[in-house]
Amino acid sequence: MIDHSRVAVAPRSTGDLVEIVDLGVYYNTVGGVSKAVDGISLEIGHGEILGIAGESGSGKSTVANAMLRLVRPPGFIASGSIRFRPGNGKPVDLLQVDEATLRDIRWRNLAYIPQGSMNSLNPVMRIVDQFVDVMQEHGTSSAHEARQKVPDLLGQVSLAPHVARMYPHELSGGMKQRVIIAMAIALQPDLVIADEPTTALDVNVQRMIIQTLGDLRDRFGMSLIIVSHDMAVHAELVDRVAIIYAGEVVEVGDVHQIFKRPLHPYTQGLIQAIPHVGGARRRLEGISGNAPNPSDWPSGCRFHARCPYATEYCRANHPELLPFAEAKSGNTGTTPRVACHLYHHPKEMGVRGDQ
Amino acid sequence: MTSSSKQIELNEVTQVFRGAAFRQIGGELTAVDHASFTLTADPPQIVSLVGESGSGKSTIARIILGLQRPSSGQVTYYGKDIYSLAGDEFNRYRKDVQAVFQDPYGIFNPFYRVDRVFWTAIKQFKLAKSRGQGQTLIDESLLAVGLRPADVLGRYPHQISGGQRQRIMLARVSMLRPAFIIADEPVSMLDAAVRVLFLNILLDFKQKYGMTTLFITHDLSTAYYLGGDVMVISKGKILERGAVDDVLVHPRHPYTQMLLSSLPTPDPDARWQDRLQVSAVSDATVVPG
Repeated sequence: MIDHSRVAVAPRSTGDLVEIVDLGVYYNTVGGVSKAVDGISLEIGHGEILGIAGESGSGKSTVANAMLRLVRPPGFIASGSIRFRPGNGKPVDLLQVDEATLRDIRWRNLAYIPQGSMNSLNPVMRIVDQFVDVMQEHGTSSAHEARQKVPDLLGQVSLAPHVARMYPHELSGGMKQRVIIAMAIALQPDLVIADEPTTALDVNVQRMIIQTLGDLRDRFGMSLIIVSHDMAVHAELVDRVAIIYAGEVVEVGDVHQIFKRPLHPYTQGLIQAIPHVGGARRRLEGISGNAPNPSDWPSGCRFHARCPYATEYCRANHPELLPFAEAKSGNTGTTPRVACHLYHHPKEMGVRGDQ
Repeated sequence: MTSSSKQIELNEVTQVFRGAAFRQIGGELTAVDHASFTLTADPPQIVSLVGESGSGKSTIARIILGLQRPSSGQVTYYGKDIYSLAGDEFNRYRKDVQAVFQDPYGIFNPFYRVDRVFWTAIKQFKLAKSRGQGQTLIDESLLAVGLRPADVLGRYPHQISGGQRQRIMLARVSMLRPAFIIADEPVSMLDAAVRVLFLNILLDFKQKYGMTTLFITHDLSTAYYLGGDVMVISKGKILERGAVDDVLVHPRHPYTQMLLSSLPTPDPDARWQDRLQVSAVSDATVVPG
C-alpha cells in the first residue's frame, strides 16, 4: 500500500512516525450508516509537517479524532490500523492499544489541538495552574517541577513569563491560541495534531500562529499534522498535502506539486478558487454542485458529478489512490499519489498520449 | 451630488459603548469613530469594508441596517435620517436595503422549512398576488443563484449545506431586488470553492440588477477579487480608502501594509522569509466584542 520510493524531508530508515492504513470511521445515523472516513491511508514522517485539506464535511477532522481514538458513539471505527512509533517506546496500533496505554501516549507522545480549543481554557484558573493540571495528569513531574517549566514553555511560543499569572479573559485570541500550543508541547510530544489552528483569527495573528507551528518542527523536531480548509495556510507551512474528498484521500503530494501541478480535478478546482491579491482579475469558477452525502456516496469516482472531465468510466469505476511517477516533484523527488482515472486509465478515459 | 438622491450617506457616525466590560480601558469603547462615507445606487458599486475583529466594521453594518442607533452622527437615505423614518418611508428603506450575515447556521429558524424565508418576505412586501405567482418568483430567485428549487425547497435548515443556506439568503435578496446589499462577512464560513460561487453571484447582481454592495470582510484577497472600492478600518477609524487596485496594490497606510504582508500567499515558493516580531502583534488586553 505504502510507497517507500519517496524521499521526504526526513530520513525514513526507521520507518514513518505514523502509518494510517485503510482507516474507516462511520456514524450510525437515522438515515443509515454514514461513512465519514472511508478507507484512508496516509503516513507522516519524522519531523514532517503534513497538511490535510478538504471542504467541510469531507472527513478531515474525523481523521484527527480517530488518531486519538476520540470517536464517540454514534461514531465508530469501522476498519484500519494506525501504527504509531513514538521516539521513546515500542510501535503501537493506536486503534488497538488498551485505554491505559492510550492515556500514556496522549499528550506525552501525541498532542492534539482541537478546533476552537483556545476557547476551552478554564476561565477561572490562572494559566500557570492549567499547565500544572495538564502536566501532572499526563506527565510524571511534580506540581513544583511543572510550575517551573511554564515560563520556558511560554517563551517557546513567544509569550512573556507574566502571562502565566493571567486569566484567559486577559488574553487576546492569538495569545490564547499560543497558550494552547505551549500546553500541547509541554511534554515534548513526537506529534502535534492541530485542527483548524488559524481559523477565526486576524491575519497578523494567523501569521504569528503559522510561524509558531513552523518553529515546533524547525526548533524542536516535532512532526505536525495541520488540518485546515485554508489552502494558503498549507502553502505557507506544510511539506506535504493530503486532499480529502468525500471521506477519501484523492491526492497526496509535495506542497509544491499540489500548488504548481495539481493532478486531481478536485485539487485543481480548489487551487483555482483561491483569489490572489495583485493577480490579474479574472473570473474564478470554483467547483459547482454540492458535496455528496456521506450516507450515500456516489458510485464510481465520488467526484464525478462535479468533475469537468467525468466520463461513463468514472461513474462506473472507483479510482484507487496510486502513485503517478510522471509528476514527480523537482523539489523533493516525491512521487504524488492521485485517485483519478485520467492518470491511471487514460485509454479508458479517451485521453490521447499528448495530454 | 444632491443628498436627496438614492444613496446611503454616513455622516460623522460615532458609536460609543459603555459598561463594566470596558472598565479597564476607561469605561467606554469607541467602536466607530466619526465614520463618513456614501453608498450610491447609481452607478452601482461594490465597496469593501476591511478590518480585523473588533475594528467596528460589523457595528457599521448594524447601524446602516437600523439595528443600532449611533451615539452621534447620521445615516441618511434620500437625505432623511433613517432613524426618523416611519410608515411607507421606513418600509421602503427596509425593502431597499437587505442584509446577508456571516453565519449561515444561525439565521434560519430550525423549526421552519427554508421556504418560509421567502414567503415571509413576499407577504411583508406584497410581492405576489397569488400563491402561484409567489412560487414562480421563488423558483426564479433560486435559479438566479444556481440552486435547483427541488434541492432546497421543502427542506429544513439542517438538511442543507452552509453554502446552500448562504445562497438561499442571496436568492431572497435577488427576489427583493434591493438597491443595497449589506453583507457582513458572508463568506467567512464557506469553503474556498463555494466562496467563489457566492462572490460571483454578487458581481452578477451588480451587473444585472444594478445592486450596490457593502461587503464587510477581514479577508483582503476576497476584497481584491470583488474589485471596486475598499475602505480599511481599524479601531473604529477609516484609515485608508480608494479603488481596490490602488489601495491593495500600493497601500499607503502602515496598517494596510501590515495587513497585506500578513496575508498567507497560496504559493509555497513565496513563503514569508522574515519573521514577524511579537511586538508587531498587539499583545495588549483585547476588549470583548
